Amino acid sequence: MKPLLEIRNVSLSYHTVSGETKALSNISFDLMPGEFLAVVGPSGCGKSTLLNLICGMFPAEEGTILMNGIPPSPGDPRIGYMLQKDHLLEWRTIYRNILLGLEIRREKTPEKLAYIEEMLDTYGLDKFRTARPSQLSGGMRQRAALIRTLALKPELLLLDEPFSALDYQTRLNVSDDIGRILKKERKTAILVTHDISEAISMADRVIILSARPAHIARIVPIQLSLDERTPLAVRGAPEFKSYFNLIWKELNQYA
Amino acid sequence: MPDLSAAQKQYLFRVRREKYLIHVSRIFLFLGFLLLWEVSARRGWIDSFIFSSPSEIWRTFLRMVQDQSLFTHIGITLMETLVSFVFTVFLGIGTAVLLWCCPKLSRILEPYLVVLNSLPKSALAPLLIVWLGANVRTIIVAGMSVAIFGSVINLYTGFREADPEKLKLIRTLGGTKKDELTKIVLPSSVPLILSVMKVNIGLCLVGVIIGEFIGARQGLGYLIIYGSQTFKLTWVLMSIVILCVIAMGLYAILDFIEKRAQKW
Repeated sequence: MKPLLEIRNVSLSYHTVSGETKALSNISFDLMPGEFLAVVGPSGCGKSTLLNLICGMFPAEEGTILMNGIPPSPGDPRIGYMLQKDHLLEWRTIYRNILLGLEIRREKTPEKLAYIEEMLDTYGLDKFRTARPSQLSGGMRQRAALIRTLALKPELLLLDEPFSALDYQTRLNVSDDIGRILKKERKTAILVTHDISEAISMADRVIILSARPAHIARIVPIQLSLDERTPLAVRGAPEFKSYFNLIWKELNQYA
Repeated sequence: MPDLSAAQKQYLFRVRREKYLIHVSRIFLFLGFLLLWEVSARRGWIDSFIFSSPSEIWRTFLRMVQDQSLFTHIGITLMETLVSFVFTVFLGIGTAVLLWCCPKLSRILEPYLVVLNSLPKSALAPLLIVWLGANVRTIIVAGMSVAIFGSVINLYTGFREADPEKLKLIRTLGGTKKDELTKIVLPSSVPLILSVMKVNIGLCLVGVIIGEFIGARQGLGYLIIYGSQTFKLTWVLMSIVILCVIAMGLYAILDFIEKRAQKW
């Protein structure tokens, strides 16, 4: 099987008037279709920068990023992006928030609208379609934001700490929820997080980045003896603790 | 209504009594002021030739309503204010959008805008009369000149404060600068636009009156100047009272629109 995403020797620096900061140094990895990858690293190491590069927001200074052989462009339709907050627009209803991407891309086709209907129905948002975002719980808002992203049928999903604005209880439930949905929709995804348990509970592989300038310190494949892999179930798996300790030790070198 | 505890009832009673007291005090303050003014004028404590009196103002008002001359003056001033207000709103939003679209242009123009905004606009009025002539157009421009620079600065500052993460969301969805503007910046600025409009309507009225002072044959500003020059101070005071009412009315209309628009 060919990888969906190939990242080779990518480096990047920030330029300001006061000087140059090297953010990423020589990053290389592959991502297979259907795989869920988590990226962890000390805060400010350049995790989000990596996502910005992958989605083509700005070009890498060195190295190549190829998605099915083609470098991603800004606003690439093959890539969906979930930000730290849901950023639902308060002046739109939930339904019109979900339509936002289709409106921008002028892709309100019957097929895509039907897909939205199906997701609204499956994920319990159907009765909230005329509600304002402020009337929804944090979890429901995050679901709406996910449907907004999935409506465009991206091949690759980038998740930039999408649960970090939620309180702990909601966070566990929402990450479980989103994890199940992504598995059900068979999405390839990269999750950036600073939460080790979240990374293990959701991902097939965890990439550990070093402190700035970030290079790949280690790649940890997560293999579990579970019949059904859901984020909440993983947290109770016998291997969970040893993975946690392994990643914790690796990260602690850069603390 | 559910049964309320005695303490809750007492609390509600206190809240209502205070609200009532404030209303009554306001009315009494107003009536007391009018009464004091009237009595002072009649008793000769103040010179009624200079200070007039409420009853004198009322009589003048009725007379001018009867010969209909007052409606012309009020109508002209109102029309000029509303026209300059509408132009200010459109020009203000348009310029702010232009500045938002071209950050370089805005950086170049920033010091000029700041200077023009802090300049006392009444200083421009004589110039406008000479340049554009003593007509309604000049007065409308005078009205705009007072409000426009401040509203451009306020709107542009507000536009720039649009959540950068929301703008990023638009870009990740494949949107352009135009999408950022129409989907995020403008809708999120609706409350700001309304509050700027609320300030503008008052400022336009100020500008219009300044314009009428120097270059008009009609309008409340003209009535004030004419009255003061011919020592008909009753006219002046009546015009000022009418201006108060107009300012209050225009503000109330925009306040109503603002409250209706902010439903979310």
